[in-house]
Amino acid sequence: MAKLTMVQALNLALRQEMEKDDRVMLLGEDVGVDGGVFRVTDGLIDIFGAERVIDTPLAESGIVGAAIGMAVYGLRPVCEIQFSGFTYFNFHQLESHAARLRHRSQGKYHVPMVLRAPYGGGVRALEHHSESREVYYAHTPGLKMVIPSGPRNSRALMVSAIRDPDPVIFFEPKALYRAFREEVPEEEETLPLGVPVKVREGGDVTLVAYGAMIPLSLDAAEVLKAKHGIEVEVFDLLTLSPLDDTLITESVRKTGHAVVVHEAHRSFGPGAEIMARLMEEAFFYLEAPVKRVTGYDIVYPLFAREKAYMPNAMRIVRAVRETLAS
Amino acid sequence: MPKKPLLFTHQLEYLSILDENGNVDQTLEPELPEDFLLKLYRYMLFGRRFDERMLNLQRQGRIGTFPPLTGQEASQLGAAAALKPSDWMAPAFREGLAEIWRGKSMENTILYYAGYDEGGAVEEDRNDLPLAIPVSSQTLHAVGIAMAMKYRQTPDVAMTFFGDGATSEGDFHEALNFAGVFQAPVIFVCQNNQWAISTPLSKQTRSETIAQKAIGYGFPGVQVDGNDILAVYSASAQAIERARSGEGPTLIECLTYRMGLHTTADDPTKYRNNEDVKVWESRDPIRRFQTYLLNKGVLAEEKTQQYEEEIKAEIQGGVERSEKLMNELGAPEDMFAHQYAELSPHLLRQREEMLEQWRLDQKEEKNG
Ligand SMILES: Cc1ncc(C[n+]2csc(CCOP(=O)(O)OP(=O)(O)O)c2C)c(N)n1
Ligand SMILES: [Mg+2]
Repeated sequence: MAKLTMVQALNLALRQEMEKDDRVMLLGEDVGVDGGVFRVTDGLIDIFGAERVIDTPLAESGIVGAAIGMAVYGLRPVCEIQFSGFTYFNFHQLESHAARLRHRSQGKYHVPMVLRAPYGGGVRALEHHSESREVYYAHTPGLKMVIPSGPRNSRALMVSAIRDPDPVIFFEPKALYRAFREEVPEEEETLPLGVPVKVREGGDVTLVAYGAMIPLSLDAAEVLKAKHGIEVEVFDLLTLSPLDDTLITESVRKTGHAVVVHEAHRSFGPGAEIMARLMEEAFFYLEAPVKRVTGYDIVYPLFAREKAYMPNAMRIVRAVRETLAS
Repeated sequence: MPKKPLLFTHQLEYLSILDENGNVDQTLEPELPEDFLLKLYRYMLFGRRFDERMLNLQRQGRIGTFPPLTGQEASQLGAAAALKPSDWMAPAFREGLAEIWRGKSMENTILYYAGYDEGGAVEEDRNDLPLAIPVSSQTLHAVGIAMAMKYRQTPDVAMTFFGDGATSEGDFHEALNFAGVFQAPVIFVCQNNQWAISTPLSKQTRSETIAQKAIGYGFPGVQVDGNDILAVYSASAQAIERARSGEGPTLIECLTYRMGLHTTADDPTKYRNNEDVKVWESRDPIRRFQTYLLNKGVLAEEKTQQYEEEIKAEIQGGVERSEKLMNELGAPEDMFAHQYAELSPHLLRQREEMLEQWRLDQKEEKNG
């Protein structure tokens, strides 16, 4: 097994799916010759040619609209939008068509496309390059919203996303692109969409997170155990929508305490949905109010202040201790 | 029901006044006062040196990602310099020199790229929009401003800048169409530097020129040598005059070249070869303008040296002032300062929470 970064693991997933299935196409700005601005598609144009790895004109609506057409005709397009902050240019294509064609054609057509985009903060990026707005997509019926948290699961989820019969929005936490390596098997590996995974066992409190918040949450769990003797059970959502809360509500029935972590804005964010599910499914088991550690409800600041904006392990530790103390 | 040719009488012009060696076509040479010519020259030189300094600052980690403009001094300054202060400008993100010409401070430019939102502030006496990173989005704002000018019957115009890549976005086409339909007093200035990150112009469009796209929207387009500041200025002045006198929009395509990186995060060796860049070195916009001014007797050799020294000191001053500001700015609560006209009670509470968390973070970090 090779130790890969998330960038390399995603590249592996794309390459293997393209080798196996000639319906899989890549399209986006600078994905071909340049290999993508983060190099996720590096070298693929040399293997598969410019017909399958398409450097498009600079037009996100064009990319996604054309991908919908390709998908309806039987291909499996994987679009790269250079940063999630530019997906608004193609939003109407997702909302009006990708998400609805199955329903509108009463099952005749479907849109098996993937839209990949790097998202999230903490990397000293330019304006519009750090936001975490996955909620727009999670809130749109007809779309699936997937966010990996490491090299190995990013590869497995990407394979599943490409094979999924419905449109998948796949946000890649750019802060983790090269943050660490993991063993990624050369043989095929998939993960089911719509199923969270437990990444740490514990009986005192349930912590729910995803994407770039996973390493922070695991760090916080270590500190909580070492310094305070608190056992944290950590869940990685992996898929925000459709959200399956079975494992999480089950865990909260055991721990009686929960904290949700995301860098997305707080109001109407993923935390709000998870807390609502806990109200519905585990209310009588809760021993304290559920806490949220999130980005604030303001425009993401330029990078001089992003440290004060972004959740960190210290904030998570405090939130867990507060919920257990109350 | 005959099949007959449609009358189609459009013609495009290409304008060049100064050639690569600084020779001037006297029949086209604009009559500009000497002090104005010198001012243009000094600003171009400033633009080049400031760019070099910003690259340095980025390499030293003192600012973040930055898009250099070297090679495009004439094509942005020539256009912006034809505006009056009461006109409006809606730039993209590579028009740093045009912004400084219009009155943006060096400090604000540096602050912005150093990650301080304060750098986005638009000075009191400047009518421009802040730079726009979402490609092409600003072109529509210029059209709206121009429509408002027309409604208010002011004698002003709006000018917007965008790249060759930007002409692929829907926003660009919607902007041109609105401008044509409403005969808005707007000037579209395309900085055709032939690259959009790694994508060459040939993969961006099948049209031979960008200027011709105006025809489809019912107004004139012109292609100019973007490295010839006299040509850019003349075409812009003419387009501005047209707009001011109620004759509607113009699209100006400045043919130039991105001499450097897309941004400091880019590696052009991945997609273009240095030979092509070399060709454009001989077309440098500053050198040819300098030759022209020397030949004309407007500029003396000693004066260029003097300018170089003054500019060096100015830039040093700007860097120092901005770094001093960085020490004073940065209070985290200021990120809540300009969210709404008034902060809701909920946001006020969030601001308190943020400050408390930040204070605790600082304390913990200090104590290890
Ligand atoms: C809507 C949108 N899509 C993608 C990007 C990422 N991006 C930034 S600049 C750029 C290329 C722009 O090319 P061009 O318009 O020619 O301007 P230039 O960079 O050459 O000045 C791209 C793709 C963006 N900023 N906005
Ligand atoms: Mg360009």
